[in-house]
Amino acid sequence: MIRADLHVHTCLSPCAEIVLSPLRIADEARRRDLDVVGICDHNSAENAGAVAAAAGRVGIRALPGMEITSLEEVHVLALFDDLEAALSLQERVYAALPGENDPDVFGLQVVASPDDEVLGFNPRLLSGAAALSLAEVVDTVHALGGLAVAAHADRESFGIVGQLGFIPESLDLDALEISPNMTVEEGRRAFGLRRPLIASSDAHAPEEIGRTSTVFWLEEGSAAEIGMALKGRGERRILSWGAP
Amino acid sequence: MKLKDLAKLAGLSLLQDRGDLEAVVGGGYASDLLSDVMAHAGERSVWITCQTHENIVAVARLKNLAAIIIVNGRKPDDAVLRRAREEGIPILGASEPAFAVSGKLFGLLNAPKDR
Repeated sequence: MIRADLHVHTCLSPCAEIVLSPLRIADEARRRDLDVVGICDHNSAENAGAVAAAAGRVGIRALPGMEITSLEEVHVLALFDDLEAALSLQERVYAALPGENDPDVFGLQVVASPDDEVLGFNPRLLSGAAALSLAEVVDTVHALGGLAVAAHADRESFGIVGQLGFIPESLDLDALEISPNMTVEEGRRAFGLRRPLIASSDAHAPEEIGRTSTVFWLEEGSAAEIGMALKGRGERRILSWGAP
Repeated sequence: MKLKDLAKLAGLSLLQDRGDLEAVVGGGYASDLLSDVMAHAGERSVWITCQTHENIVAVARLKNLAAIIIVNGRKPDDAVLRRAREEGIPILGASEPAFAVSGKLFGLLNAPKDR
């Protein structure tokens, strides 16, 4: 059994608390009995490697990922096993992301080391939208071997249904993420059984990590294994989701 | 006012002209949240938006809208225009942002008739 919170922000996200450092995330994840966390900062994966290193020391796997804001202003999670793949996606997103951050307006974007040293500040407007359509984002994530999940699909702001009215049939999403605002029953009623549902915290503060999670039956807590569970392959599966 | 007259007076370009250009426009609605448009746009309205995702065509059809007006010089890709053509939903383009386009259309649609 693998308990995963696949949507956690770090101090790199301007809207997240500055105390969400690699060591703190590792510590909170351990306290919450998580086996896997997904590191999904807005439009950047620059802290993913540092969190993976810090979490690895306490036996927790941190999957490198990103929360991309598409052209339609829909948030999409990308999750990988390979940091290089996440950084390749980052390169594509950066090339399509206009603007510079104003820390007084949006917040600081701290790039940290695995030991919580401040390495610098990301100057880009990470809270902006990339000029990549939803379909382009999903296709790029898949081409790099990752999983593409519609973030907080139940939420009006930046959720796929709020922005686009309904989920486009042709869009090859691996799962829909339900926010902590919804129960399992509400999620099933709202989204049915056509696409797999997962729950994650979208933590922007330490105490939010693991406030909801997804429990998988997997050989190991990798993105590849999670992908198999989402497709119901090789006896991998989702056991439960929601608040513990 | 007819859609084609409104387009001409407001200086809108025709990105996709298949559909009922003679339709009398019932009003306007400006929003980029498609869920909001589905909930609140009135029938035969023109819809002012910067969204170019293919779902705009389905929403316009569902709400029986007169046309979609894409603002800020954004261009929907060919698949969206093709879909709109199939569904008979006219798509108009404006180089100006939504505020300016809304102001213009509001003036045109609400002008006193006796002048």
